[in-house]
Amino acid sequence: MTAASTDDAAPHGPGQPSRKRFALSMRQRDAIAGYLFIAPQLIGITLFVLVPLGLVFWYSLHEWNVLANTFTFTGTANYQYLLSDPALPETLMATGIFSAGLVAFNMSLALLLAVLLDQKLRGITVFRTLFFSPVVVSLVAWTIVWGFLLQKNGGINGMLQTVGIEGPNWLRTPTTAMISVIVVQVFKNVGLNMVLFLAALQGVPRELYEAARVDGIPVFKQFRRITLPLISPTMLLTMIITIVGSLQVFAQIAILTQGGPGMSTTVLVYYLYQQAFQFHYFGYGSTLSILLFVIVAGLTFLQWQLRRRFVFYEN
Amino acid sequence: MRRLTLLSTCAAVAVLSALAPVAAQELRMTIWSANEAHLALFNGIADGFAATHPGVTVKFDSLPFADYTTTVTTQIAGGNAPDLAWILETAASDFVNSGALYALDGALGGDAYDLGDVSKPPLGLWSKDGQILAMPFSTSPFAMFVNNDLIKSAGAKTPAELIAAGEWTWDNAVATASAVGASGKAGLIVRDFNYQTWKNLAAIWMGWGAQPWSEDGKTCTFAEPAMVDAMTFIHDAIFAQNAMPGPGVNADFFAGDGALTITQISRASLLPKENPFDWDLVPLPAGPAGEYYLIGQAAIGVFASGANPELSADFLAYMTNPENSAKLAQFFPSIRQSLLNADALSKTNPLLSREQLDSVVIAGIANGTVLPGHSGFAQIEQVVRAGLDAIWVQDADIPAALSNICNRIQPLLAR
Repeated sequence: MTAASTDDAAPHGPGQPSRKRFALSMRQRDAIAGYLFIAPQLIGITLFVLVPLGLVFWYSLHEWNVLANTFTFTGTANYQYLLSDPALPETLMATGIFSAGLVAFNMSLALLLAVLLDQKLRGITVFRTLFFSPVVVSLVAWTIVWGFLLQKNGGINGMLQTVGIEGPNWLRTPTTAMISVIVVQVFKNVGLNMVLFLAALQGVPRELYEAARVDGIPVFKQFRRITLPLISPTMLLTMIITIVGSLQVFAQIAILTQGGPGMSTTVLVYYLYQQAFQFHYFGYGSTLSILLFVIVAGLTFLQWQLRRRFVFYEN
Repeated sequence: MRRLTLLSTCAAVAVLSALAPVAAQELRMTIWSANEAHLALFNGIADGFAATHPGVTVKFDSLPFADYTTTVTTQIAGGNAPDLAWILETAASDFVNSGALYALDGALGGDAYDLGDVSKPPLGLWSKDGQILAMPFSTSPFAMFVNNDLIKSAGAKTPAELIAAGEWTWDNAVATASAVGASGKAGLIVRDFNYQTWKNLAAIWMGWGAQPWSEDGKTCTFAEPAMVDAMTFIHDAIFAQNAMPGPGVNADFFAGDGALTITQISRASLLPKENPFDWDLVPLPAGPAGEYYLIGQAAIGVFASGANPELSADFLAYMTNPENSAKLAQFFPSIRQSLLNADALSKTNPLLSREQLDSVVIAGIANGTVLPGHSGFAQIEQVVRAGLDAIWVQDADIPAALSNICNRIQPLLAR
């Protein structure tokens, strides 16, 4: 295809506009169209992910006192303090317990609900909607209501009392506080994983179950040998989403426990918030953000590597 | 002709520019109240300022109290500092020592302001190197509100009876609270404490002469015998005598749930209008160390990094001048001596009797100690909160827990 233009040879007098035109090849036009299509996403990622990430790293090399309006380069001082911060081990421990508890409970409950709701029964859609509805409820409103329910003289203990059980002080002892925060978060979001599992379950070919039934395979074994392998790609996806989400938990901690009792529910994101926005250590807060980024990236990479071993792709 | 038209246009523009009003300027002031009556008062004062400063408007930006200081500092970090801000006493040290505030001496020096009328001790927290960096506009004493109906129905002595008998002590106050606690209602509620905001416990531990740190702020005194005794008393009141609601228990005095509550007198506005109970307001009981008073303070400061700190300081001076201080006093007790008398206060606090104003408000402001504060208070507050959680259990080792708190906060105090 030629790009030559006959207009190039036309004479131009003073005051006459140029009539020169750029002719693009089909390939160039396709490339421009492609770039235009990805431009909004590229601009968004650059502005809201890459630039902030770079800035956070830059801030982590400084001590920034917003009140005194000082911004001092401190090199690796914040990273050195990270290694000696006496509160960090407790924080990482709380983060690990929260994430492990949340992933285990969320995945198990979501799968159980999905299996129970994967039935062709009258009115099953109503139950599916009911279990999904907390996902669309405001997180803060949801957590505040649970905060009232979990008080010592709140609704949960009131119900337990009617059957003669003296309920614990849910949010005031370290173990029950952590369990409470996990349960509140799981009940809020389990519907999302449930829907994903439900879609995966409905994608499993029915003839495989029929063949298994003909061969006299027990139901539980069918589940283990047919269902689980075929929904394993969805399990990988939900696990990555749930783990990443568990590392970002903030509102529930801020509203229900403020990180207490003691430091028992002070997870990494809440600790980061305290350092940066409550204690005004923006430099150290940025360093903690980098740590969180490394943890999330590392865990995601690890899961992605493990997929070859545990995930079964039909094709 | 075209030349003439151009010249005429330029001349007209020049004349109009000279006659035009001064450029509009908006001052923004952050506050933590969203109360409509408060905002109406502030807007009225702002209108008065605008009358003598054409083109100037003042916008009051209400921020939630819980995250107020965090929000203001985040605005500063984002390059969007307000021109003026309310500042809490606990954050005073951080703001005053940071260099962020504009010195007010010039703006407050005029005869009309009458700085001599302002009590000097409350200014101490807000001054540095002899310069006033923020002006306290609210000095509110802590006191005890009483629900006499609940106390009488529990068969206990009311605080008024105990005061009349000269027996208004913490032991007797807790005995009264315990009697009400045994009847199924809450005894003594330290409002806003909720086992988080521990600074409010100063209203009790000061009765033992306890302080969280030394006068110079460098040494932790949580583990001193006075604090151990005070915390043991509080623990006993909660877990042994059922005189205070335990951790995780919700109770609201103003909803009629409790017999006694410690709070600031400005909360009188929460007393129920419908189905009111027989209430009273009394000073804090005496402890082993004798009588004492506790006050909370809030001040207004001007940010030096604002677009027009001089104009902002002028507005601050106008807002806290004698005339406007008298208007503010209906909600926020003033530190102007001319307003600190029962006659003046009774006009602005109609709910309180002259005796209550004398014994609680005037005596409190004149003799009160301000709530504990320190540089880097937010971090210290969080570390102490986490440490005190070890006390809020039945079988607590109080001396060990307080000693542990000192180990954790001593490096923060010494900075």
